[in-house]
Amino acid sequence: MIELRNVSKMYPNGTKGLNQMNISFAQGEFVAIVGLSGAGKSTLLRSINRLHDITEGDILIDGQSITKAKGKQLRLIRRNIGMIFQSFNLVKRSSVLRNVLAGRVGYHSTLRTILGRFPEKDMNLAFEALDRVNIVEKAYSRADELSGGQQQRVAIARVLAQEAKIILADEPVASLDPLTTKQVMDDLKKINTELGITTIVNLHYVDLARQYATRIVGLRAGQIVFDGPVSEATDERFAEIYGRQVGKDELLGEQRV
Amino acid sequence: MSAGAELKRPKAPSKLKHYLTAAIVVLLLWGSSIQTDATLGELIEGFPNMFDLLREMFPPKWTYLDNIVGAMLDTIRMALIGTTLGAIMAIPVALLCAGNLMAQWWLRYPVRFVLNLIRTIPDLLLAAIFVAIFGLGPLPGIFALSIFALGLIAKLTYEALEGIDRGPLEAMTATGANGIQRIVFAVIPQISAHFMSFTLYTFEINVRAAAVLGLVGAGGIGHYYEITLGFLEYDKTSVIIIFTLSIVLLIDYASSKLRGKLL
Amino acid sequence: MMKSWSHMVQAPKKNRYRWLIYLALAAVYIWAFAGVPFTGFKETAVQITKAIMTGILAPDWDFVYLPEGEDLLRGLLETLAISILGTFISTLICIPFAFWAAVNMSGSKVVSGSGKMALSFVRAVPEIIMALMFIKAVGPGSFAGVLALGLHSIGMLGKLFADEIENMDKGPVEALVATGANRLQMLWFAVIPQVLPGFLSYTLYRFEINMRSATILGVIGAGGIGTPLIFALSTRNWDRVGIILLGIVVLITIIDILSGAIRKRLV
Repeated sequence: MIELRNVSKMYPNGTKGLNQMNISFAQGEFVAIVGLSGAGKSTLLRSINRLHDITEGDILIDGQSITKAKGKQLRLIRRNIGMIFQSFNLVKRSSVLRNVLAGRVGYHSTLRTILGRFPEKDMNLAFEALDRVNIVEKAYSRADELSGGQQQRVAIARVLAQEAKIILADEPVASLDPLTTKQVMDDLKKINTELGITTIVNLHYVDLARQYATRIVGLRAGQIVFDGPVSEATDERFAEIYGRQVGKDELLGEQRV
Repeated sequence: MSAGAELKRPKAPSKLKHYLTAAIVVLLLWGSSIQTDATLGELIEGFPNMFDLLREMFPPKWTYLDNIVGAMLDTIRMALIGTTLGAIMAIPVALLCAGNLMAQWWLRYPVRFVLNLIRTIPDLLLAAIFVAIFGLGPLPGIFALSIFALGLIAKLTYEALEGIDRGPLEAMTATGANGIQRIVFAVIPQISAHFMSFTLYTFEINVRAAAVLGLVGAGGIGHYYEITLGFLEYDKTSVIIIFTLSIVLLIDYASSKLRGKLL
Repeated sequence: MMKSWSHMVQAPKKNRYRWLIYLALAAVYIWAFAGVPFTGFKETAVQITKAIMTGILAPDWDFVYLPEGEDLLRGLLETLAISILGTFISTLICIPFAFWAAVNMSGSKVVSGSGKMALSFVRAVPEIIMALMFIKAVGPGSFAGVLALGLHSIGMLGKLFADEIENMDKGPVEALVATGANRLQMLWFAVIPQVLPGFLSYTLYRFEINMRSATILGVIGAGGIGTPLIFALSTRNWDRVGIILLGIVVLITIIDILSGAIRKRLV
């Protein structure tokens, strides 16, 4: 359902983010993308919902080109793709509920959303989403009163309320401690299996990728150097991806609770 | 499912506070517009006059520049002297106000109180009073500007003084230094750049202020606004405005560059 | 024997042009002081100072409230009203300017630079000069004062607002774009909630400044407490000058305290 055809991304300063990439992701997959920082993981994810424009090639979402989409059409495609960020990207001063409802704005007219007249169905969706990540009791708290892990779960609830068919998670656990990392990854996995939402996650930790993903994609210098099921993603293969042995800092390892 | 979710919903916090605040703000605005007779109609009626005025201001009568260059120099002089005097007076006052240098609270709080009082009175008002006391001319203007500078610089400086690193002070005390020695060796090196920066900043403000003091007879270029507006010579007024604007922006630019270098 | 340390460590050379700077400074000050006519004070100066002092110590309490109008309370109320309305107008008008001048909203340095330039031009024209202009347009009175404050304050508020917008966290904006929000929705859900407390705080701060400005607008006939003050000064009615000064100081102090308390709660 997501298809990248010959995608290249050149940054204005001349560095190549993505290099002639061809890959597709099927409905319901849980894909982990691994690689060193600077390998193009973030660029890849942000190209899929066009937070970054690519310089070459085409990206199709359910057969529709997001690269060529404009205005309303682009926003409609984006509405189906939820995104989760390393730094949560919540409005810290707004309530949790309002942050979750922000996921619904793509469904309504500008005037209606600005007046805050979200229909009852949206409110239910928002509360259900919060319930699914177990923080419904925090609905009216200000987002900055929550811990990092809770904030990331609010961000997940926002994506759920958005009724996205695809979730892109850009290093969702990079700023969390091991315990909350597990909770957030469990949430993502649960959503993936229960709702069948295609999930693509950028991960720094190799063992985390092996634990949760059904498929692992390894990147190096903007190119795919590994693509296969978890069973094939052995330490030896990762040594190839990284160009050396898997380092201690790339494993969550025994720190994990 | 939705019924279950509804049950679990926490109670939404009351919005009464927001409504009350909004009501108070609306009430204040409504009362204010009644008090000032501010109506949109009047504004719209006045607009043609405004455009007439602007039309008469252009093109500016550039030859008038010869008449006002002297007054502009006076304005800068006033700002310079006023700020300098204020800055000099501000040094002892700031030291008196700083809680970490002066232990005598009975001295500190009255001085701070007076400082706060001074800062409530706008410079043009001070100038008007000084004109009543000393008569017309730049002198009352200079006094007004120096009092204003004293208030601002002393406040900024004593706040900076209270934020200095205590370490050097303790070290000087440990070497057996007296009060003055402590200030010279431990305080001045920490604060001098800030003080200079505050003084330059005040100078910027004072240049703007000095440009209008003439309206109450306290010298400088402000006097010429009254002359030209009184004789309906708007093309000359525009020369004054443009000239003042360029001088103010020039001084602002130079001063902020200098301040950037200091800190 | 004493060792000569100066052979081993040289004191760093002082800036060679240091004395030039000092010389220039000295020249500037000589120029400045030479240009001021120190003609001595009026003989009456001491006398008037004393009179004002006694005026402040024994003010004309009757002036506080006069049934037929034109008293202290009404003057102060008008001053307050001018500054409230002026601040409100400038806050409304400066918001689009702020978005224009903020580089992360306008998109290019050239566009935002031109916005910043426009704002500093507005700021450089003193409010009292603007009031003189508005008097020509809408006639003398407090409405001219309102318009003058409203226009002049745009300069400073617009700049402060633009800084606030530039300092916001761009993460939420990205998140809203990713959900398929359009530009207005992005502004409303990601930008406004972040910058609103800062905007309100700066508005109150500007209101404090406008209170001070509004007290002097009356000097040129733009309403407020300045009118009776300048009248009392020119008729040498020192008791009345005293009560008016007292009234101004008290009002501004109260406003400062109130506004400061609200601002502290906002942040």
